[in-house]
Amino acid sequence: MQYIKNGKASADEWLHVGMEGELPEKGKLIATLARWQASRDQLLARKAPLGLRLASSESPELIRDDLGRLDLIALEFPIFRDGRAYSYARLLREQYGFQGELRAVGNVLYDQFSFMHRCGFDAYEVQKDVDAQRFARALSEFTVRYQPDPDGSPSAIQLRHQPHRNVKSAGNRP
Amino acid sequence: MYRYDEFDHAFVMERVAQFRDQVVRRLNGELTEEEFRPLRLMNGLYLQLHAYMLRVAIPYGVLSSRQLRKLADIATRYDRGYAHFTTRQNLQYNWPKLEDMPDILAELASVEMHALQTSGNCIRNITADQYAGVASDEIEDPRICGEILRQWSSLHPEFSFLPRKFKIAITGSPHDRAAIKLHDIGIVMVRNQAGDAGCEFWVGGGQGRTPVIAKCINSFVPKRDMLSYAEAILRVYNMHGRRDNIYKARIKILVNEIGIEEFSRQTDAQWSHIRNGALDVPAEEIARITAYFAPPAYETLQADPADFTQRRDADPAFAAWVRSNIAAHKIPGYAIVNISLKPIGGIPGDATDVQMHAVADLAERYSFDELRVTHEQNLTLADVRQSDLYDLWRALGEHGLATPNIGLVSDIIACPGLDYCALANARSIPVAQRISERFADLRRQHDIGDLKIKISGCINACGHHHVGHIGILGVDKKGTEFYQITLGGSADENASIGEILGAAFSYDEVVDAVEKVVDTYLKIRNGRDENFLTAVRRTGIAPFKDALYAVH
Repeated sequence: MQYIKNGKASADEWLHVGMEGELPEKGKLIATLARWQASRDQLLARKAPLGLRLASSESPELIRDDLGRLDLIALEFPIFRDGRAYSYARLLREQYGFQGELRAVGNVLYDQFSFMHRCGFDAYEVQKDVDAQRFARALSEFTVRYQPDPDGSPSAIQLRHQPHRNVKSAGNRP
Repeated sequence: MYRYDEFDHAFVMERVAQFRDQVVRRLNGELTEEEFRPLRLMNGLYLQLHAYMLRVAIPYGVLSSRQLRKLADIATRYDRGYAHFTTRQNLQYNWPKLEDMPDILAELASVEMHALQTSGNCIRNITADQYAGVASDEIEDPRICGEILRQWSSLHPEFSFLPRKFKIAITGSPHDRAAIKLHDIGIVMVRNQAGDAGCEFWVGGGQGRTPVIAKCINSFVPKRDMLSYAEAILRVYNMHGRRDNIYKARIKILVNEIGIEEFSRQTDAQWSHIRNGALDVPAEEIARITAYFAPPAYETLQADPADFTQRRDADPAFAAWVRSNIAAHKIPGYAIVNISLKPIGGIPGDATDVQMHAVADLAERYSFDELRVTHEQNLTLADVRQSDLYDLWRALGEHGLATPNIGLVSDIIACPGLDYCALANARSIPVAQRISERFADLRRQHDIGDLKIKISGCINACGHHHVGHIGILGVDKKGTEFYQITLGGSADENASIGEILGAAFSYDEVVDAVEKVVDTYLKIRNGRDENFLTAVRRTGIAPFKDALYAVH
């Protein structure tokens, strides 16, 4: 498994914790939703960076009010064809304004990188090393996009009619 | 018709390169079949009973002559000299090889075509009324919104792994020839009180094992908002559609489970975040696309010119073809010509490479170089001068393409069935062929009048049996093919789901049963003006049930 952050292979400083086991005293932790619900006070008392891991059946709506306390959200792709987390990512970035790390975990493969990136993910736990090595290539397969991206990259429509635009706002018009 | 600009060209070329790489990675083992499957499906590549099947997208069913020639050439070069037009206005090759696939896609790209999203759990090719632009009751050409939606739906980053496939159909006319109420999203072009054209959205229709008529979710969405509204619907579906059971994963199940009011509320909540944003369709883009669908250079002609009417009156065979295969055109002196791909005893929707070349030549000569594929698996030349009809009819006849049976009992929709499909329980094509042969007498067909028979080889309903005036569903009973008959289905603006007549019939009995249904209709109808569907709706299925099952 390789960890990619902002397009580069990186050292992963985060530790995943589930329902089992003691919470380490120090260090960055990614807790499952169940652990968060069971050990919320202890997790917050650690005063260390905290992330939450959501299964594909767990909408970020469930933790919307807690986002201010969270530095990272990990969204699970249990199988290739379960695409719920693409929508969750967009909710987090575009509607909830989440600025922390958005990490794709689970069955994360080469042919999804571009879709994930375009939905707002900036970190990936990649299953196959060969996929991770070609991460940049995956993002460059297409120069044309028919949809505006949340990062402000323009769609073909926008480029056709405003070729010089430097789009940085994908949300509501002011 | 729409022509690719630099962005569209770059997109399909990049797509070809991407798929070429995916095939290489599959062939060298880097991708497992399980990993490759959703990728190839998204590219219209199925593994069927005997071979791969490639489904090519024909956006809203419109083709240029040049494109049809290319499709014919691909059939010659990479397949067995024929292809199959589908109920979603696409085209299928039944015998291509996996290693040829990237080259086939490159050939398609050279004529501005692709196979993207013709299968898989994504937004499928968008279908539309085959009479777009020429129907006299049209509010607005549905291909404009169709093209805008086609682009938006292509490799959508959020909606490429939906719970299940997602089909959109558009009609520009109140009279629905695109079966929009049997789609996940159906759009009717309408006018608001200010006179602006916009989209009436219907949601949650579908066939399969749970047939559902769509419900109206928004009676007027301005065109500039159509993408944000569609995106809101898709987002609610992507997050909340069921993924635990593929038979309950279509949007129709979600809409039924939470109710249209709640689904609408959630859609509006999502819409409020994205409306008036980057998804707005600018007026310049609507104008740019509309220009591609501007009417062709029609001549000022007299309606029903003498050289046409005299030949029609003199030649009964030509008159019969005119009666069934020609539809009224909005411009005087022009006609809409339907080319039947249902020769008596033939395979519904199949065309040979020679036939495709012939149609391409005739479209170039007589119909502004363009043709359409219908969801009923026929072809349409939309803009033919009435004075050319006789010559066109004779030329079509030379290629076996002048069967005068559009809308009649032998104009049958049939899925590929057990002859090709891995999912089928029973054969469909031979049943269609035998019914067609039983009713081979064209005078008898014309006497019976409008009658849509639709045949599916399994409950997935690709042959639209639920909405056939007579629907036939193939089922498997202990290893033997049986066929269940339904009556009274319809896919038009008064859509209805057919009612099951009774116990299923064997392969040997089913044609007799259909004939008995037709004979019963002929006995009970209130004159020739009462067509089959109207009669069934008036009497219910009782007289038919009695004729088929009662012990006399």
